[in-house]
Amino acid sequence: MKIAFLSMEHLNKTYSGGKVAVDDFSLEIEKGEFVCLIGTSGSGKTTTMRMINRMLQQTSGTIKLNGKDISELDPVKLRRKIGYVIQNIGLMPHMTIRQNITIVPKLLKWPQKKMDERAKEMIKLVELPEEFLDRYPSELSGGQQQRIGVVRALAADQDLILMDEPYGALDPITRESLQDLIKDLQTRLGKTVVFVTHDMDEALSLATKIVVMDDGKIMQVASPDEILRHPANEFVENLIGKDRLIQARPSITTVGQVMLTNAASITPDKLLKEALKTMHDRRVDSLLVTDDANYLKGYIDIEDIDYNFQTATSVGDVMHDDVFYVQSDSLVRDTVERILKRGFKNVPVVDSEHRLVGIVTRAALVDIVYDALWGDDDKSESKADSSQQGGAAQ
Amino acid sequence: MMHFLAVYGWSLLGKTWQHIYISGISLGLGVLVAVPVGVLLTRVKNRVASVVVSIASMLQTIPALALLAFMIPIFGIGVKPAIVALFIYSLLPILRNTYIGMNDVDPSLKDAAKGMGMTNWQSIIKVEVPLAGPVIMSGIRLSATYVIAWAALASYIGAGGLGDFIFNGLNLYRTDLILGGSIPVIILALIVDWLLGKLEVAITPKTSQG
Ligand SMILES: Nc1ncnc2c1ncn2[C@@H]1O[C@H](COP(=O)(O)OP(=O)(O)OP(=O)(O)O)[C@@H](O)[C@H]1O
Ligand SMILES: [Mg+2]
Repeated sequence: MKIAFLSMEHLNKTYSGGKVAVDDFSLEIEKGEFVCLIGTSGSGKTTTMRMINRMLQQTSGTIKLNGKDISELDPVKLRRKIGYVIQNIGLMPHMTIRQNITIVPKLLKWPQKKMDERAKEMIKLVELPEEFLDRYPSELSGGQQQRIGVVRALAADQDLILMDEPYGALDPITRESLQDLIKDLQTRLGKTVVFVTHDMDEALSLATKIVVMDDGKIMQVASPDEILRHPANEFVENLIGKDRLIQARPSITTVGQVMLTNAASITPDKLLKEALKTMHDRRVDSLLVTDDANYLKGYIDIEDIDYNFQTATSVGDVMHDDVFYVQSDSLVRDTVERILKRGFKNVPVVDSEHRLVGIVTRAALVDIVYDALWGDDDKSESKADSSQQGGAAQ
Repeated sequence: MMHFLAVYGWSLLGKTWQHIYISGISLGLGVLVAVPVGVLLTRVKNRVASVVVSIASMLQTIPALALLAFMIPIFGIGVKPAIVALFIYSLLPILRNTYIGMNDVDPSLKDAAKGMGMTNWQSIIKVEVPLAGPVIMSGIRLSATYVIAWAALASYIGAGGLGDFIFNGLNLYRTDLILGGSIPVIILALIVDWLLGKLEVAITPKTSQG
């Protein structure tokens, strides 16, 4: 049997107050994986991570590193082998950047020369000038400090790096560049990373494996792709958020992506005669009524015109204002049933401002249902692509 | 003044030396005991620490003369009981500042130190004591001022020092002797405080290149 690089078996952590912070947590991590622990605040992410380097002692369960039970290892030696980046960076203010980077090598009694070389190597790795080595942490920006925090965890050739919300306090741009950096380092140097985050985007872009936690329990373990395609339950779905599901899952598209953008419409001030002509030209039996600013007002169909051709004059006089419509950013999955149930041939689509942007036809819905039931991923992907282009063209 | 120095100059020098000697030894012992104990207190249960600090505070409240008097049955008279009494006085400010200074070190730094694989001892020596240094030092300064002032009372149990002038002056209603003893005590206290201030700056860890 193959031994996992890091395996956690039935971990439980109950704090002295009786709070069960981690509940039957089991996970295997292979070498070179980038594992993101994600979950709401208080879900036990930090607790789980800190059991790995024995900053906390589990109440029950085993953790094995390279097949060895870590409770049999000297905790101090274990920690020197595991890189650890804490949320507040924790650079020592009274040590230079050089000294900070080489804390663990120094604990391991590396020769001075090797430490100096490593410090230079490390600062290059994070693309900071060598002069920075003689500075103190207070003389660096937050983002620069965090870079040092990262390489400090790499400096002693640690294979396993634990990072607890390392980028929580940074602005989005700095954050993104640090995400790129850690991802690049991780793949290039073949490190195994366990990364705690609150941010689903961060997890999706970094992880090879995402572990979703809630109230101490694992909700789902899956690759980013898998988690987007098949969220295990509602909690995971909510954590991912509708927007991301839509973007990432071709089989779950928005109404906006499948609608036709050339809805036949008319303004209320037009004569019925003109409406009839438009219907004829467009070869449709009903028209959507919008005002000059394209706000959806109602609809009118051929029967209305037929009944009232003699008495009424303008479209506004006879239109129905109880029009059923859907929002362009709503999920097809959520709306398709409603549309089909009501038996509409087609349904107008509006944007958040209630402006008409398109129309969903029954024919399009048939395609969607067909795809959902029979379509393979490739097919629905290409379909989503083409409809996306349609959306972009509008 | 010149007259005073001409008559008592040598004696003044001798007494000043005695004074420095008594205070120095007491303070030195105080530092040697209170700093390690203060550090140790950060590693025991909070309750134990607060008990120890209250005991030290209690010792601090015993009137100086009474404490000196208590020493006589145990250590007799002379320098030794004076040093013990002053040593006891010096403990509290140092102990308390050490404890507070160590506890005030940013917990995330202590966490980082431990997480990187420092032993308890390494964390104390490399991280906590250096960062708590200025606070510990100001406790030492405070103790030094107390000890120098109270060492004047040590003359009462025959320990010598500048207190001899003061007590003689009081007995003989001689203002010149009282002043001749008090002023050097004040000057001594100021100089020592200034020197320790310099030391405090020197041990304050650098956190920038400038
Ligand atoms: N020392 C402790 N004693 C008692 N309970 C604790 C202790 N540390 C954490 N907890 C509790 O355990 C639970 C899990 O905490 P943990 O810090 O692991 O959460 P987290 O997922 O890291 O949260 P966050 O995202 O806010 O950092 C929380 O309910 C917390 O209140
Ligand atoms: Mg946490």
